[in-house]
Amino acid sequence: MESETLGVPRVSHGSALAFCFLMLVVATLAGIAFGSRTLNFVSAMQGLSPDHEILVELRVPRTLLALWTGGSLALAGVLFQALLRNALATPYTLGVSGGASLGAVLAIVFGWTAFAGLSAVSLAACIGAGAVLILNVVLASNRGRLSSLSLLLAGITINSICGAAILFLSSLVGLLKSFAVTRWLMGGIDAPDYSTLIWLTAVLAPVCAVVFRYSREWNLLSVGETWAAARGVSTSKMLLVGCLAGSILTGAVTALTGPIAFVGLIVPHALRMWLGADHRILIPCSFLLGAAFVALCDVFSRTILAPVEIPVGVITSLLGGPFFIWMLSSRRGGVS
Amino acid sequence: MKCLFEIREAGVRYGSADVLSNASLKLYESEFVAIAGPNGAGKSTLLSLIAGLAKPTFGQCLFEGHPAHGWNRREFARRVAVVLQTEPTAFPFTVSDVVAMGRMPHATGLYENGKDTVAIAEALCAVEMERFRHRDFRTLSSGEKQRVLLAAALAQEPQVLLLDEPSSHLDLEHQLSLHRRLRELSGKGLLVVSVTHDLNLAAAYAERIVLLKEGTIRADGPPSEVLSADLLEAVFHVHVKVHQRASGQPWMLYGE
Repeated sequence: MESETLGVPRVSHGSALAFCFLMLVVATLAGIAFGSRTLNFVSAMQGLSPDHEILVELRVPRTLLALWTGGSLALAGVLFQALLRNALATPYTLGVSGGASLGAVLAIVFGWTAFAGLSAVSLAACIGAGAVLILNVVLASNRGRLSSLSLLLAGITINSICGAAILFLSSLVGLLKSFAVTRWLMGGIDAPDYSTLIWLTAVLAPVCAVVFRYSREWNLLSVGETWAAARGVSTSKMLLVGCLAGSILTGAVTALTGPIAFVGLIVPHALRMWLGADHRILIPCSFLLGAAFVALCDVFSRTILAPVEIPVGVITSLLGGPFFIWMLSSRRGGVS
Repeated sequence: MKCLFEIREAGVRYGSADVLSNASLKLYESEFVAIAGPNGAGKSTLLSLIAGLAKPTFGQCLFEGHPAHGWNRREFARRVAVVLQTEPTAFPFTVSDVVAMGRMPHATGLYENGKDTVAIAEALCAVEMERFRHRDFRTLSSGEKQRVLLAAALAQEPQVLLLDEPSSHLDLEHQLSLHRRLRELSGKGLLVVSVTHDLNLAAAYAERIVLLKEGTIRADGPPSEVLSADLLEAVFHVHVKVHQRASGQPWMLYGE
């Protein structure tokens, strides 16, 4: 009996990473290969129009944006779930998407145009996300200390205020603008400029690195604030770092794509069931698999009803929802 | 003996209620101290004060001469481990994940080094939970969870071990083996402070008992002095009959 081990060792970190990376490669290739129009790669490589333009100006940047979007949202999901100690937290729980949406809706409603070469809608969404983040931290701090419960309460409240403001604004404007608002709120990925992608990478890559660097701290905080504090973690500081990082990840991509539901919930949840709760493996795998998931959903969004595009946010929920239910029900009887 | 903690006329007030008042106490290395008293007497508050997790509203709680709550948390955690009552977790951490978290104050990077791995394995072995290392912590029984939490504290390799009712869910065999281990640890130089409701275990294993009632320290001394029938009846409002073991330690029968 003594040599018998109860419970099975989990999948090795190496093979989990390899699998998630493979999914990322497959999704990236699919994102480049498939679209509403069949692409001739030979002529694209030879620089022949229009295949070359489709590849370089549409497929590649769009796939890259889809990858960053999925990766960032899944990462923000994992992070917020750890900080709030709740597997049902999403990148949007702290109100960042509400702020981003309100900013974008203001830009649409008031017809703001491009500013310094940047899309006014994205810019306004960024400002909205940032404003909500600051408001949230200010509301949630008590004499310079943060607690996850107050962050959660502030976030939920801000989200519903923003939601009400959006409904109010869209009820005031005409049908056309109201449709533009609804369309934005559905979430969609359009091919961005390379300069936008470079900016996005410059902002997100260091944030992702910071989030990964503090994986052990997230492990302890996800058990409890006292648990973490008693083991040497500066809980208030780490809550602030986590809250900032998750909000930047969410805000930056939401500004470009609108809210995309479910990625931040389903990807971490599936990985946690498979790999356990250690953030040192959960974080890189969530990023890779989240990126792959949204890139694949984007392929579906432009091919299923081509040439009509279904908003990718609709696809993530339509594909993700049933999969999530299947995953939960297949575990019934076991321990969730 | 080196004095590790010096608590001077410390009090803690939550809202308008004084949950601890005017507590003065010195704790030395190599001691095994039990803190006892009725519910709401301030035992856990006193433990949080010592653990640096609560700030005294009045007075001081000094660890090695500096206020305990003002220590750099990491430096403090390298010296002081605390096990509070069962930590609920929403996430599927394995038993070894939980024990590995005890190594956090010694972390040099993102992953455990060889020394960490040895400490984790030894700690699991010490609480006889090595067979469970791959199990989801949430699926364990309350007693098994307590043993894993103790292992996490042992993996921390502290000089001070603070425990809040460490044996409340343990079976008889493990209650005894836990206390035997705590006494061994104090014999090796650790200061062990344990909040307990089990006066007989405290009498058999601890060298010193601090008895609290309504936020004040009513008695502080070796079991044979503190555990008198009169004092226990006054503090706990039950009838107590104190017997003596062959070894000289008291053991008690309670009744209404």
